[in-house]
Amino acid sequence: MSKFRNLVIGAALVAPLATPVLAEGYGLGREALPEEIAAWNLDVSPDGTGLPVGSGSVEDGEYLFSDNCAVCHGEFAEGVDNWPKLAGGDGTLARKDPVKTVGSYWPYLSTLWDYAHRSMPFGNAQSLSVDETYAIVAYILYSNNLVEDDFVLSNENFLEVEMPNADGFIVDDRETTEYPIFTNRCMENCKESVEITMRAAVLDVTPEEEGGEAAAAEEAPAAEAATEVAAEPAALSADPALVEAGEGVFKKCKACHQVGEGAQNKVGPVLNGLVGRAAGSVEGFKYSKPMSEKGAEGLVWDETTIAEYLKDPKGYIPKNKMSFAGLKKDEDIAAVIAYIEAQSK
Amino acid sequence: MDEKERAITPATDSGLALSRRGFLRAGAAAGAMAAGTGAALAEGTPDPLITEVQPWAQGWGDGVDATPYGLPIRFEGDVVRRNVGWLTADVISSINFTPIHALDGTITPAGCAFERHHSGAIELAKEDYRLMIHGLVDKPLVFTYADLERFPRVNRTYFLECAANTGMEWAGAQLNGAQFTHGMIHNMEYSGVTLRTLLEEAGVKPEGKWIYVEGADASSNGRSIPLEKALDDCLVAFKANGEALRKEHGYPVRLCVPGWEGNMWVKWLRRIEVTENAVESREETSKYTDTLEDGTSRKWTWVMDAKSVVTSPSPQAPIKHGKGPLVITGLAWSGRGAITAVDVSIDGGKTWTEARLAAPGQDKALTRFYLDIEWDGSEMFLQSRATDETGYVQPTKNQLREIRGENSVYHNNCIQTWWVKANGEAENVEVS
Repeated sequence: MSKFRNLVIGAALVAPLATPVLAEGYGLGREALPEEIAAWNLDVSPDGTGLPVGSGSVEDGEYLFSDNCAVCHGEFAEGVDNWPKLAGGDGTLARKDPVKTVGSYWPYLSTLWDYAHRSMPFGNAQSLSVDETYAIVAYILYSNNLVEDDFVLSNENFLEVEMPNADGFIVDDRETTEYPIFTNRCMENCKESVEITMRAAVLDVTPEEEGGEAAAAEEAPAAEAATEVAAEPAALSADPALVEAGEGVFKKCKACHQVGEGAQNKVGPVLNGLVGRAAGSVEGFKYSKPMSEKGAEGLVWDETTIAEYLKDPKGYIPKNKMSFAGLKKDEDIAAVIAYIEAQSK
Repeated sequence: MDEKERAITPATDSGLALSRRGFLRAGAAAGAMAAGTGAALAEGTPDPLITEVQPWAQGWGDGVDATPYGLPIRFEGDVVRRNVGWLTADVISSINFTPIHALDGTITPAGCAFERHHSGAIELAKEDYRLMIHGLVDKPLVFTYADLERFPRVNRTYFLECAANTGMEWAGAQLNGAQFTHGMIHNMEYSGVTLRTLLEEAGVKPEGKWIYVEGADASSNGRSIPLEKALDDCLVAFKANGEALRKEHGYPVRLCVPGWEGNMWVKWLRRIEVTENAVESREETSKYTDTLEDGTSRKWTWVMDAKSVVTSPSPQAPIKHGKGPLVITGLAWSGRGAITAVDVSIDGGKTWTEARLAAPGQDKALTRFYLDIEWDGSEMFLQSRATDETGYVQPTKNQLREIRGENSVYHNNCIQTWWVKANGEAENVEVS
């Protein structure tokens, strides 16, 4: 049976190489228009194919990076928390735990330009203009000490930038380095002794199973009691269904914000007590200048101002740090406010 | 259609909330039951579950419309996807794990099949769906979802494994459970159109050697695939396990790239560009490349090599029944064809016994194996080892390290060891 299968696979592999695929077909679909192809065909290849005309300086890039990227990648592209580091790591690839950044690892500059332009900023993709992308890419190169501070990157000098790890890749070689070796199906006397060399329980980084059976049994009444206690105030203020819906909406915020017991400032400020507090007023959080200024001017977060801000974060307070496209639906905004309020209590 | 989808979304959300509550209840019930059977029943005492009329044997159960789309019964509420918080910066660009320790057979139920998103699971309606084929083609085309349904259709069952599956185990045993060490995998029966059919419809020009595929979500996840593979067995799928793809698996249309790393199985597939060269985008340069000991890195390591794991007993599925008959079971798969044999060792790899395959191995799909033993109650170092139709035998971690060093993240297909103790509990260990 397996011989037969091999024969079929072999034939399938050879066929496409031997005969070009001809257009015949079913007459389904319609011709793609040039405008449509242009709108989606944004990828850029190592040889510069797909790279649009434009330019941007390290100097402009520094501001743009601060506004659009630093919230996750750090002001100097050094990375915040678990978010990717974009700079540094030079000479670490052969070391244990290599630091893989644009400077130390990425083989092609086109990849960076393409990714920043097509997939970033996180939560607000494809919002950077061509020139802004050039500037941000120039700044990331500068952060990696690959260009000087007066450098201007453009489509004309793009291919001249040398990436340090350009020659650091080989095409998959398992067929020669591994497949001939991994063929020994030993059945008996395969080794003399077996010793434990590492234990997962000692490391203890496995997520808890939310309690075993005993823990769950203990937890159940407590959880029910908590629900009962919470039921009354909730009835006075927020609609529980709205709060529940808000919990779902809040998933979009969770990447950067915490709310509830034990919440802390993360990429964004803690949201406990958001309704009623002045903009830019959480202690210990480094706000953007525009946000701090709004607070100083007297902006207080209430249901109306939060709703306006969430509808269009960059429009309501231009150049603020929050890299989020906003919530389109009014019901989502109402729900998420209700959830934040409920969590704040 | 819109309404239908809205109806599905909250159901999914409350399903998650429910499963949490269900889990608590299930836990409590299981606890009570254990106490009932374990403590009270001396030998020769009639079992009240038999001698007394039970409520479920007397009254009514739920009517037929109680759950228009059913979820597993609440007692199974702990059989869910789980994530590992410290792995990623947030849950939008993250991964969770299939509860393989609690499943049997080979088909993964969609509701607990692992998810990996780069920009969250988006909601894309069939009416809003467009697929474009352009680049080095005779005629650039746009298809609607309805167009795709009119092409000749095929059914194929394939595993999808993330290249990073078992990636956290390179440096040593880390995560204590088959779900976490091997759960970035699922196996579904897909219905769809072969990619070859669609490429033929557009007509590939002779200079076209690659395709670049891209998703519709904000990450615009894209990968380059050689044309030979595209024309060989790739599938543009819209159904999985008989029903529409789940949102988290790319509804309404995803790409299947059988046997190759999961990242290439682009979800919410919106664009296929025929190119002369690889695009070398982010996911095929900065990620999904494998750094070797000397600092050079392999790229284009697409194939998932043969691999297997014992799913039970395992750390999350300990032996509770003491010595005597024991079913050892697990999964095996290969991206290079069908599994032809799986061997099991209970002594850490000194001796091996060929396990029974539940069904003959299928091309690039999961294979279930069983080994039925009489357990003497002593500790075991439990391992499984897969062989595929090319003759490739699954290696040990040390064999892989000798060639690749310890800086790899992806493509760890090493033999896994569970240390099963005399009390039936199991732990993830690494052995010499």
